[in-house]
Amino acid sequence: MLKITNLHATAGTKEILKGITLTINAGEVHAIMGPNGSGKSTLAQVIAGHPGYEVTKGSIEYQGKDLLDMEAEERAQAGVFLAFQYPVEIPGVTNAYFLRAAYNELRKARDEDEVDPIEFLDIMEEKLALVEMDATMMQRSVNAGFSGGEKKRNEILQMAVLEPTLAVLDETDSGLDIDALRIVAEGVNKLRSPERSTLVVTHYQRLLNYIVPDHVHVLAGGRIVRSGGKELAHELEEKGYDWLLEPVPA
Amino acid sequence: MSSSIETLVNKEYAYGFVTDIESDTIPRGLTEETIRAISAKKDEPEWLLDWRLKAFRRWLTMTEPHWPNVTYAPIDYQAQTYYSAPKSVKPLQSLDEVDPELLRTYEKLGISLTEQKRLSGVAVDAIFDSVSVGTTMKKELSAVGVVFCSFGEAVHSHPELVKKYLGSVVPYSDNFFAALNSAVFSDGSFVYVPKGVKCPLELSTYFRINAADTGQFERTLIVAEEGASVSYLEGCTAPKRATNQLHAAVVEIVALDDSSVKYSTVQNWYAGDENGVGGIYNFVTKRGKAFTNAKISWTQVETGSAITWKYPSVILQGDNSVGEFYSVAVVNNHQQADTGTKMIHIGKNTKSTIISKGISAGKGQNSYRGQVKVLPKAENARNYTQCDSMLIGNACGAHTFPYIEVANPTATLEHEASTSKIGEDQIFYCKSRGLNAEHAISLIVAGFCKEVFKELPMEFALEAQQLLGISLEGSVG
Repeated sequence: MLKITNLHATAGTKEILKGITLTINAGEVHAIMGPNGSGKSTLAQVIAGHPGYEVTKGSIEYQGKDLLDMEAEERAQAGVFLAFQYPVEIPGVTNAYFLRAAYNELRKARDEDEVDPIEFLDIMEEKLALVEMDATMMQRSVNAGFSGGEKKRNEILQMAVLEPTLAVLDETDSGLDIDALRIVAEGVNKLRSPERSTLVVTHYQRLLNYIVPDHVHVLAGGRIVRSGGKELAHELEEKGYDWLLEPVPA
Repeated sequence: MSSSIETLVNKEYAYGFVTDIESDTIPRGLTEETIRAISAKKDEPEWLLDWRLKAFRRWLTMTEPHWPNVTYAPIDYQAQTYYSAPKSVKPLQSLDEVDPELLRTYEKLGISLTEQKRLSGVAVDAIFDSVSVGTTMKKELSAVGVVFCSFGEAVHSHPELVKKYLGSVVPYSDNFFAALNSAVFSDGSFVYVPKGVKCPLELSTYFRINAADTGQFERTLIVAEEGASVSYLEGCTAPKRATNQLHAAVVEIVALDDSSVKYSTVQNWYAGDENGVGGIYNFVTKRGKAFTNAKISWTQVETGSAITWKYPSVILQGDNSVGEFYSVAVVNNHQQADTGTKMIHIGKNTKSTIISKGISAGKGQNSYRGQVKVLPKAENARNYTQCDSMLIGNACGAHTFPYIEVANPTATLEHEASTSKIGEDQIFYCKSRGLNAEHAISLIVAGFCKEVFKELPMEFALEAQQLLGISLEGSVG
């Protein structure tokens, strides 16, 4: 379903991804782990189409389409969703307005009719329950003045509404207390389905106790240095990352 | 700045076309003869000509103000044309008599003057170069006693009102541009709402400059009698021309006891090209006087003009009077705006609110200049000022010049200011949710301007958002 082949990417003059190859099939949950600076978040952002990175080599194919040839919004319309590590604030634009605009863009891309604000309220009600959010959240400006936990829950809410076929969660666990972590993880688990692929990027194994992955990959120095099953995450928790790191050429 | 923002903020001006129509134009230059010629063309009474001449003589003694935070080459006032009118315009019995070419011009601008297609609930006065070409809905308005016509017409139909109020809020000696306007003003709108009448329609004037090298000097006078209320909107566009055109308007509002006047502007004069060539010089004096319990509210969305110099103000003369100023000013490319307001608190328990939103893109320079003055007798005066700037890219500028003068210790004043920047991150966030960059920018900007847009009459709020979208690119979905 998602097929990444020999992916190289740079930020400015610095090469960050140095040949990533990874395939995620429909219904699978993959976790990308690794030390700080290994390129985890870069990989997530390159998949979503962040303009700050340049892909110098390799390919990303998604449902037979060349993702690298598509604008970020076209990727979203094709079913790709990135839950941000640092969700962005948009003052003055309500969560309800923003989400409906996004929802309707995706519908338009599928040649479906747009929904009006009243219809959208019904859709929201069910989704809000999923992340234990209050309806008043919908009238607040997008992420403005939200606590760290609220921002992350808002990301999962958006994911629940937009129903992507490929969800990429970029350090969704960072900055969350244990209750918020549980809510976020339960939200993600409820959205698991045979059609949906998920890529969980995380520094800690903690999140993977809640969202149990089918495959775990360790990223270091811009390359996948080890892949395994969910037990690999536990091994990393015990031993740290050092034993996997190759000496970096000067 | 990323290329995506750059291409988006540089969209062509859609209203830059020229109407090919025969004009009656007086020769360039400005002397007493010019003024006599204008007055004669308009068949004006002696007192008005005298007033113009007094203004002109005063103007000759004044110097152009250079304190605004804008720079431009010296203006040659003798190289301008001060009067131009479409030849076909005569006193019209109905809109059916309006030159079809003019009607097509307004259709192209999205303003329909024809009876069948006009916007319901809105009466429109259309000013083309120096004269009014037609006013709609006159019958409906006169049924309740509201007068809405061109200024020139009012001079003949309601001379006593014009004589009483002209210059009563903005005297001809007020400033350089007001004096110039008083000398050469050609037309504009006149509104009179009688005692206790709530005007049943939105009143709207649409200003269009067509002729080259011609200044537009319109004069608008709005009088609300005791207990009356009215909402008025003006819109402005001009063709693309390589030379700068001068626009020096004066608007006076008289809000008598217990009345309420809401004045909204959607200004989209041609702003010049991406190199700063051409565009309108918009030097405007707008002021209202609010008597006891009266309220005057200015809302402006300013996206056009090469240079803007404009401070819609309220003199809070009567006790308990209220003044409001809501503004969105956008500058892009080489545009420069120095705009804000003055709130002069004279009466007791007077209250003013200022919400200013400045958006700067390209190499644009945006200055907010606002004065809040509380005079000794203004017990319990209150002012709230909020002044926010948004920057798009790295080559633009935002400046704030607040002036506060308080001569009464019971006054309460608040001032808040912020500056933010549209980032690539905000745009990417929206894109990653399926919105294109155009949609993203207009959404972010609309959010920023929300407090001002909600003050616009409903019929025009969407238009203003769209205009903002054109200026910065993108339409608000």
